Amino acid sequence: MLDFEKPIVELEGKVRELRQLMENNAELDLADEIERLEQRAARLLAQTYARLTPWQKTQVARHPDRPHTGDYVAALIEDFTPLAGDRLYGEDPAMIGGLGRFRGRSVVVLGQEKGRETEDRVRHNFGMARPEGYRKAQRLMRLAERFGLPVLTFVDTPGAHPGVGAEERGQAEAIARTIETCLDLRVPVVATVVGEGGSGGAIAIATADRVLMLEHAVYSVISPEGCAAILWRDAEKAPEAAGALRLTAQDLHGFGLVDEIVEEPLGGAHRAPQTTIARVGDAIARHLEELTEIPGEELRAARRRRFLAMGTAS
Amino acid sequence: MNWLTNYVRPRLRALVERRRVEVPENLWHPCPACERMIFHRDLDANRRVCPHCDHHFRVGADFRFRELFGETWEVLELPRVAVDPLRFRDLKRYTDRLRDAQSRCGTHDAVAAAAGELAGLPVVVAVMDFAFMGGSMGRAVGEAIVTAAREAVRRRAAFVVFTASGGARMQEGMFSLVQMARTTAAVQEVKEAGLPYVVVLTDPTTGGVTASFAMLGDVHIAEPGALIGFAGRRVIEQTIRERLPDGFQTAEYLREHGMVDMVVHRFELPATLARVLDLLMRPRAAAAAEPTAGDEGPAALPPPAPEQDLEALDEAADD
Ligand SMILES: [Zn+2]
Repeated sequence: MLDFEKPIVELEGKVRELRQLMENNAELDLADEIERLEQRAARLLAQTYARLTPWQKTQVARHPDRPHTGDYVAALIEDFTPLAGDRLYGEDPAMIGGLGRFRGRSVVVLGQEKGRETEDRVRHNFGMARPEGYRKAQRLMRLAERFGLPVLTFVDTPGAHPGVGAEERGQAEAIARTIETCLDLRVPVVATVVGEGGSGGAIAIATADRVLMLEHAVYSVISPEGCAAILWRDAEKAPEAAGALRLTAQDLHGFGLVDEIVEEPLGGAHRAPQTTIARVGDAIARHLEELTEIPGEELRAARRRRFLAMGTAS
Repeated sequence: MNWLTNYVRPRLRALVERRRVEVPENLWHPCPACERMIFHRDLDANRRVCPHCDHHFRVGADFRFRELFGETWEVLELPRVAVDPLRFRDLKRYTDRLRDAQSRCGTHDAVAAAAGELAGLPVVVAVMDFAFMGGSMGRAVGEAIVTAAREAVRRRAAFVVFTASGGARMQEGMFSLVQMARTTAAVQEVKEAGLPYVVVLTDPTTGGVTASFAMLGDVHIAEPGALIGFAGRRVIEQTIRERLPDGFQTAEYLREHGMVDMVVHRFELPATLARVLDLLMRPRAAAAAEPTAGDEGPAALPPPAPEQDLEALDEAADD
């Protein structure tokens, strides 16, 4: 439970208690009281989520119950066939991907998976990919291009893994080459930032024809904690840094750095994962519909033009 | 296109000289590696390499231009970008930090670019200045790389970038991050024009610059001892909770791990660059210039003049 959700959760708990009471005592009529409390909880939820601060959004974006890449794949992709390995060194469970069918059409899908339970999170390295993950992403993108399949990416990472092995095996080169591959593809690429878009590790798979972002997702050049530690010399200033970085979907859409915001159910994606996933699916389908009309060479040229011009206005 | 301001050496000298007079303690420099004091004239005479321990001092753009181009080069005028897109403020305003850096460094931002000739070959060089806000990459740096790359394409010139950066310009938020994609697209244009793109990695090159255009060269050259990496040492130490190996993230370490082609002493750098570019841009002339004894094959074919080769390259690229 997030701190600012406490009052809401408390109200909802009371409602549950009253319901229990009524069930146990047939003569007790608490319907009015329950309705009143339910309305108050709903109102509070709506108010809270309408005014989330950038720091609160960062917490929502990292919420453990928020749908992860694997959940999107499970719900949106039929015949999902995971593919493993970079053919150079290893397999990286932080970057999942493979072939599948999205609303009838073969696609390549890939993205960072953070994992959910402790063991699972460790296995997926909390969604922090190593060079093998990025090289696997390149391999799958090339595979997509060879068969004319669109590429769907789901971005959810605190950043690329910082470690000795990752450095030795060229983490920087792997990210750079992945961006280059994204820019080179002659097939549609649609990226969706579903949770945390952390820095170079995120843009590596988000250099796309369309970049969508969930309403409460965040996308930033550095984590608020990291930024606060460097510029404020105090990691406790993360809430201030989150505000200064302008990392919300609303800000980034306003700057023209993100193409569309996908609305989340009231109270955030973690309250209604399946609704969220369905909305994301609809948005991706809509963009894919437009992009598949465009010949590959044109797509590639337009994508490059788009990034060369990105953020230069104003 | 509206760049091209001619730059002459005396003016530059005068600038450097004046700064020295104003700051007398700069007459002696302590070597950051061996800590011995070096007289400024000795350091300059030794191309800002420590005469005692060979440590390569960080240098600015003008030094690089002079090393590669000798007496003359054209400074490329880089487009001004709107500053402070986020109206960012931490303990200080970003605009104040920028102004401080501008007055301290005497430049607009962290990249300068120039066009000139190296061994008779047209070359556009972009140089990052670590002294300017840690060489961090924001819109101005991205714009400079894009502009210089396009100028290389326009002139059919090789593109050489000297990197030095602590990473992203945090104060520009996502505008900073997208420069990784912008600069990557820019160097793709150079490559597609059939022109060489050479990266010279200097101390230090880390973060988003390493993870974009710095690792995409046709050839990677690094200066000895340069720190090169993606993640910062402290971040890695906090993650793995153990000591980092000796020489971790140095130029030599990267060469050993296959990320750079060669570690080249500053004294050898101009000649090395000239040779690499000559081999890539004058493939036939180079082979015929020094025929090996007893090799009659190439001698039977008269070698085309270098100029003709360049024209051929022009035509091929125009298609
Ligand atoms: Zn020394």
